Amino acid sequence: MATETVTDVICPLCGSLCDDIEVIVEAGRITNVKKACPLGKSKIMGHGRIRAPMVREGGELREVSYDVAIERSAEILSDAKRPLLYGWSSLICEAQRKGVELAEEIGALIDNTASVCHGPTVIGVQGKGSPGCTLGEVKNRADLVVFWGCNPAEAHPRHRARYSHAAKGFFRPGGKKDRKVYVVDVRETKTAKVADEFIRVEPGYDYMVFSALRTILAGHEDVVPDTVGGVEKSKLIEMVDAMKSCEFGIIFGGMGLTHSRGRYKNLENVISLVDELNAHTKFTLMPMRGHYNVTGSGHTFAWLTGYPFAVDFSRGYAWYNPGETAANDVLLRGEVDAMMAIAADPGAHFPGESLRHMAKIPLIQIDPYPNPTTELADVVIPSAISGVEVAGTAYRMDGVPIRTRKIVDTDYLSDEEILERILTRVRELRR
Amino acid sequence: MRKVILITGRTIDQGKNLENKMSDEYLDAVARCEMNESLLSEIGATEGDTVRVKTEFGDVVVRAAKDDGLPDGLVFIPMGPWANAVVDTDTGGVGTPGFKGVEATVERTDAPVLPLKELIASYKEA
Repeated sequence: MATETVTDVICPLCGSLCDDIEVIVEAGRITNVKKACPLGKSKIMGHGRIRAPMVREGGELREVSYDVAIERSAEILSDAKRPLLYGWSSLICEAQRKGVELAEEIGALIDNTASVCHGPTVIGVQGKGSPGCTLGEVKNRADLVVFWGCNPAEAHPRHRARYSHAAKGFFRPGGKKDRKVYVVDVRETKTAKVADEFIRVEPGYDYMVFSALRTILAGHEDVVPDTVGGVEKSKLIEMVDAMKSCEFGIIFGGMGLTHSRGRYKNLENVISLVDELNAHTKFTLMPMRGHYNVTGSGHTFAWLTGYPFAVDFSRGYAWYNPGETAANDVLLRGEVDAMMAIAADPGAHFPGESLRHMAKIPLIQIDPYPNPTTELADVVIPSAISGVEVAGTAYRMDGVPIRTRKIVDTDYLSDEEILERILTRVRELRR
Repeated sequence: MRKVILITGRTIDQGKNLENKMSDEYLDAVARCEMNESLLSEIGATEGDTVRVKTEFGDVVVRAAKDDGLPDGLVFIPMGPWANAVVDTDTGGVGTPGFKGVEATVERTDAPVLPLKELIASYKEA
């Protein structure tokens, strides 16, 4: 049997988009994955797939042809008054573009996984600006790295080695020796255990700690209390000194900021801190994006509609008001009457109350793998795996677009083909 | 019954099973509640015992696990269907539910962990 090693494969798992993966292919099947982290390896190696399209009848999912599943989906979507198209983060931009076209056609609400993840970061950036940079700049220049409310050791396992901690860069030839790493978190994570400094904040007090750091930076440490959010003032003063005196600093922000008290306000405050630090040195901020192309879905939605997530076409034009138009807002209000879940798993990652409404309405799932969403779905359409079986564009967490590679052939339809066929049928039904 | 603050989030084992959620490995990875040793002994549990985590939004039974990186009064459930049975449904004016910082209670129980299919099926009942 012919054995082939495909090099420079882009890993379609997390927002780090590692681009140095090697995949061993024997007789058209992937038999090994090298250099990837356990998360990426597990995804590229593959698990049980959804075997065939399915439609639920009498409570049970029954296998049908692609034609039947696509027809049923088109009927559900063209009949719906308030459809929600959710997901769009574990697939390529080409399919996202098709999704926006479908949303506009049927007046749907289209939302991506940012709304349960870095949506508050996006809102903070819209309010205050994005003091960003590329991961290449971090690798080559950063001498102070702060992981705030994120845990790359578990969520982005190769991030530190490739970009932010041990990576040897042009101006940081010593890698780890040339950088100081802070972890700020409510618990001592695996990342905290390998950092130079760990600062423990009480849950929900990030905003106050940012305010204290800004106050000290502005020269008013005299008005800062002895402890802020569980952090001693002396630690905060030390941290400000380290931030001011570095050559290139970066704060990587995680769900610790977006999921806790303050949400987008935490982001506004840290962006202001980074802005003010730029009066002293070069300082930047980057969100640790989760799904490999959630950043791309924000970009694709934004260049097509003007808005990065939670886009509502029910008025006939794009309307954006997260808090009102995000997926969980409309599900918890019991407002949508049909839903498509594509390239994300709301069944696993939405609050149970949202699932209660998903169970009541027609639900279409497009995904390569069975998951909790499948348990609630009325139509299930298996798709090819983007980045493994289909090539296309994905955006890394720093906003750099990278072309993913196709490694092996498949009989499954791509997300884009499925969406195109549903869209064509919807247009015919609505004529 | 002990009052705690609940946070949820990613772990390596949760990530490894992202595309393998209908497996026993996924259940083992995410149907767990981590807390430090003193909290474990305070509620009379050892690793592997089942505990009931309750918030104003629901309650769920998961397995107790030890992580001494957690301070007193803080518990961690990996993101997933079991955590989401008890997270804060308020979307905070931005569309994002409160997945972290939820007031909760934790107690040892003899009740079993609900398997994934049964947990999801429970949302189907009116």
